[in-house]
Amino acid sequence: MLSGMLHQIMSGIATGGIYASVALALVMIYQATHHVNFAQGEMATFSTYIALTFINAGFPYWVAFTLAVVISFGIGVAIERILMRPLANAPVLASVGVFVGLLLVINSLSGWFFDYTIKRFPTPFPDHPMLGGYLSGHELGSTAVTLVVLILVYLFFRHTRLGLAMRGAAFNPTSARLAGVRVGWMLALGWGLAAAIGAVAGCMVAPIVFLDPNMMSGILLYAFAGALLGGIDNPLGAVLGGFAVGVIENLGGAYVVGTELKLTMALVIIVAVLTIKPTGLMGRRVYSRV
Amino acid sequence: MTNLLEVSGLHAAYGETKVLHGINFAVRQGGVTALLGANGAGKTTTLRAICALVRTQGTINLGGKRIDAMATEDIVRLGVAHVPEGRGTFMELTVEENMRLGAYTRPPREATADFKPMFDYFPRLKERFRQQAGTLSGGEQQMLAIARALLLRPRLLLLDEPSFGLAPLIVQEIFRILARIRRDAGVSVLLVEQNAALALDFAEDAYVLETGRIVMAGSSAAISQDEGIRRSYLGY
Repeated sequence: MLSGMLHQIMSGIATGGIYASVALALVMIYQATHHVNFAQGEMATFSTYIALTFINAGFPYWVAFTLAVVISFGIGVAIERILMRPLANAPVLASVGVFVGLLLVINSLSGWFFDYTIKRFPTPFPDHPMLGGYLSGHELGSTAVTLVVLILVYLFFRHTRLGLAMRGAAFNPTSARLAGVRVGWMLALGWGLAAAIGAVAGCMVAPIVFLDPNMMSGILLYAFAGALLGGIDNPLGAVLGGFAVGVIENLGGAYVVGTELKLTMALVIIVAVLTIKPTGLMGRRVYSRV
Repeated sequence: MTNLLEVSGLHAAYGETKVLHGINFAVRQGGVTALLGANGAGKTTTLRAICALVRTQGTINLGGKRIDAMATEDIVRLGVAHVPEGRGTFMELTVEENMRLGAYTRPPREATADFKPMFDYFPRLKERFRQQAGTLSGGEQQMLAIARALLLRPRLLLLDEPSFGLAPLIVQEIFRILARIRRDAGVSVLLVEQNAALALDFAEDAYVLETGRIVMAGSSAAISQDEGIRRSYLGY
């Protein structure tokens, strides 16, 4: 019983890492635009197809993976420059409309280019149980990759000049401009990074859930629940929230509601957070004295 | 003395609302110019117009280069530092990060070396270096805003009401430091102030604005001696 539970927790952490990555991508765009990018999941799915295309073309896994991440970064930048830029001062509903439109467009493009059949996606990790049978090789490997990505993103934002400029541009665009920061490009970079993180998440989850154009729709919901749980304006909170949702989902699925209702739990978390503590558990409280 | 900043026929509007109606003024190289006037006269808008934060018409020359069609970021990179109304603090970031952003356009190593003179001017910033800037008092935030602006190594410093909302003692302290900075850095200053007496004391030249038009220009001494102007526009 105890070892079964431990197993559920560990594999919850593994899927939680995926949710955490997508949650982080959501938060990055949210901080800069104050909108949730509903298309984040579909963008990640599209990126995963790009990786699969390279793999099928005979590229080694990690080369294909890297190419997909880089191309996704470019796509993210392009989406910001071409689609989002003209909407910088648009009313909220117009932006939401564009996000939903983007979701549908990318979803259809995935189906059109790569067809709707469910595809296998390879894992670069050994295919046998590890850590005394608690985790599969893929679960352990993907958790490691996610952790590396999260740590790199953290270091980038905390310790580089560009990362600081991006945070400044998100928090206070006018002041950033007055410091000489090219705010428009910082937003585009943010979109690029979010898309790249999504690409990693997509490639890591695809071997488990298989690849089809709707692969990320459920995952986006879990990620959104995680982001809200931790605090949608707090990157660290969102990441921890993502891990927490992974564990809750797994434990709940195994012991409480059964696998059919797992996704419902994400919705329950979303509604519960919004009604009980809308800022999330670690929502940013900005101290301001005037 | 030559002029660093020359503004002529400057119009500015927020949407349909016109705020400036063709004003002309200048800031001398190494000099301090004050823009005076009541609330809503267009003082803040004038500063925002120089930095392209508002839609404008007219010509703005900085050191012989036209900047009126340039983007804010590019104007800033020419050495125009703006301490905005409300101080523009990055509340969520630490004091250190605020200062690093202030020096964003300069090579990082040089910038770090420039922190020291800032701590000399504002020892409080050193004490609060790792603290979230939103926790600073109003006076400390004003100091941080000035430090951020100076870290840009500006040729022209635009100061928007540095006395706003601060206790008289703090205001005195800030202006004493500003005088020191002027001496040390040789920076030219365009100062907007409600507190006309304070501004005239600090500046050599002054312009009085009323509803988007300049109604009086001259040396600070001449303006502070003009009873009529003082009573009708400056309120002291």
